[in-house]
Amino acid sequence: MDMPARLRPVLRAAAVMLATAVAGPALTGPAVAADPIKIGSVVSATGPAAFLGDPEAKTLKLYVDELNKKGGLLGRPVELVLYDDGGDANKARTFATRLVEDDKVVAMVGGTSTGATMAMIPVFEEAGIPVVSLAGGIEIIEPVRAFVFKTPHTDKTACQKIFEDMKARGITKTGMISGTDGFGKSMRNQCLKVIGQYGITVLADESYGATDSDMTPQLNKIKNTAGVEAVLNPGFGQGPAIVTRNYAQLGIKLPLYQSHGVASKSFIELAGPAAEGVRLPAPAILIDDKLADNDPQKPVVAEYKTSYEKASGQPVSTFGGYAYDGIQLVARAIESAKSADPKKIRDALEATKGYVGVTGIYTFTPTDHLGLGTDSFRMLVIRNGDWALEAPAR
Amino acid sequence: MKAILRSRLTPLLALALVMALVPMIAPTSFHLRVAALVWIFSLAALGLTILMGYAGQVSLGHAGFLGIGAYAVAIGPARLGLDPLLCLLLGAVLSGLVAWLVGRPILRLKGYYLAIATLGFGVIVALILHSETELTGGPDGMSVARVTLFGWRVTGALNWYWVSAGALLVGALLALNIAASPTGRALRALHDSEVAATGAGIDVSAKKLAAFVLAAVYAAVAGGLLAAMNGLITPEAASFSHSVELVAMVIIGGLGSVFGTVLGAAFLVVLPQALTAFQEYEQAVLGLLIMVFMIFLPQGIVPSLRALIEERLP
Repeated sequence: MDMPARLRPVLRAAAVMLATAVAGPALTGPAVAADPIKIGSVVSATGPAAFLGDPEAKTLKLYVDELNKKGGLLGRPVELVLYDDGGDANKARTFATRLVEDDKVVAMVGGTSTGATMAMIPVFEEAGIPVVSLAGGIEIIEPVRAFVFKTPHTDKTACQKIFEDMKARGITKTGMISGTDGFGKSMRNQCLKVIGQYGITVLADESYGATDSDMTPQLNKIKNTAGVEAVLNPGFGQGPAIVTRNYAQLGIKLPLYQSHGVASKSFIELAGPAAEGVRLPAPAILIDDKLADNDPQKPVVAEYKTSYEKASGQPVSTFGGYAYDGIQLVARAIESAKSADPKKIRDALEATKGYVGVTGIYTFTPTDHLGLGTDSFRMLVIRNGDWALEAPAR
Repeated sequence: MKAILRSRLTPLLALALVMALVPMIAPTSFHLRVAALVWIFSLAALGLTILMGYAGQVSLGHAGFLGIGAYAVAIGPARLGLDPLLCLLLGAVLSGLVAWLVGRPILRLKGYYLAIATLGFGVIVALILHSETELTGGPDGMSVARVTLFGWRVTGALNWYWVSAGALLVGALLALNIAASPTGRALRALHDSEVAATGAGIDVSAKKLAAFVLAAVYAAVAGGLLAAMNGLITPEAASFSHSVELVAMVIIGGLGSVFGTVLGAAFLVVLPQALTAFQEYEQAVLGLLIMVFMIFLPQGIVPSLRALIEERLP
């Protein structure tokens, strides 16, 4: 009513800010005639996770169009019902009920973040509709839920890849320095869980804060620990770049292993010459031009990269690749089930064997709803400021 | 007619009527869920109506209190083995206590300064929820145990619809009674002029603090209900944009009007769902609608319409 005049501008500004912040654009697929097969999706196309969700949304639209150009599935057109949760798990949950109750989708590809996926899982489990999540968290598939699958590899796969490489090089004692952010913590835990299977022991276990600007003391401690043969750095963002720089400054000559969390060109730029010789596991799409000609993933990755870059005018990303694999897995399942019944789609999904995707080669089983092995990662080494495929040491 | 419009119970009866009608016309449980979200966000915004509409104090960090209530219901049963219903009450008490501690120093501030201080508070709560991963599950949030009410396991959209509707009715009745009480009159007096209110013998800082604590309790109860209904809570609940959303609900509906607050909440919860058909332009359309409302109904939907009707009546 009559509030003090000085408050009004604040509140007006707040209302306008809200207008730009509250909700993001959501997109519905093109309306197609004659009883379409509806596939739902909830991704974070706007908001803080937009760098993940935007390529996912574009990829889904692109490949549903492709499917329809080829005559759809089972002779029926495919309709994509796509909603944007703006990075809010609460909104994701609301859209999940909408997909189930109102849109009556037969399968769902999505959940950009682990939080959004976990919020939606109960809705789809209860309705008996299969979900292929695009989020990284291992809790999505462990324990295994009947209707929940996912396409991105987990931290555990990356840890296994790194330890395989260490083992092949005869490294049995390693030092570890991890970030205390969500990514670093989760990967450290996953690594410690599987390290025993490779006969490797951690002699020094250090950590740093996500915004620390100097890791020299921790690295010095590792350097002075007798017997350390390599150092592993689970981390994300600028932390690993600083670790790499400090590592070179201290003149540590041991092999340095980074995680898939830094598998982007900006890491090489941040770490500079210190990055030379750093090893890390990375998905095939990062080095599409360097893959061997007989690599089974090479044609898939090349096709996706060309189509996506042509359609969106933006460089391809790993995240869009997750969505590519998600929609292809569902499309294949519908075709092999010869039915658009959600339960039959689920059964067909679980029976997927050797699907060659952008992210890796998937084989689902009743106990494994990720279906990726360590071969979904390539071991890279940084040489002359660029990625180079590391010939497996045997 | 004017008497009906001015009566204290008219908005309450209208609200109860709407609540009874919605389940009859809602085609699916998705619509019921959206309605339940409207009741829950209305409850949170009602607290702000008391603080902003009655007492004239702004809070841009109110989602922080919502977050406290929500995480109390999440953390209590999961980490301490407490009963979820007890945690809802504990969350409300905790939120009120925090509001009392924080409110004492920051309610001395006025206008922009108060807005910034409350904003800071909200940001701190969101930051703690983000970074205390061990306790809160971090950015991915944590799941919330199912609520049992006297042996009745509350699940399903319809049950949550009635629980949230009941909570809102109680909250609205309370807010309307406060408005008519001496405290309500004191709040409105200090809203108009703090100097005059002090002159009339009102303990201005105590009344402001009371309104702030009450608003925090409303938000915490709403947060607890939200967490329990969703079965999952993320730090997004306490985010700044959420705080702004709550403020906007109060302003769009009509500052100081209980029914208007519910209308404002309904507007901001339902509209994004209705606008998904506009594809990429949804944000722009939503912003435009809010601007149109602010320009043509500057006092908010309900007070502006009421003034219009009263003008036309003999």
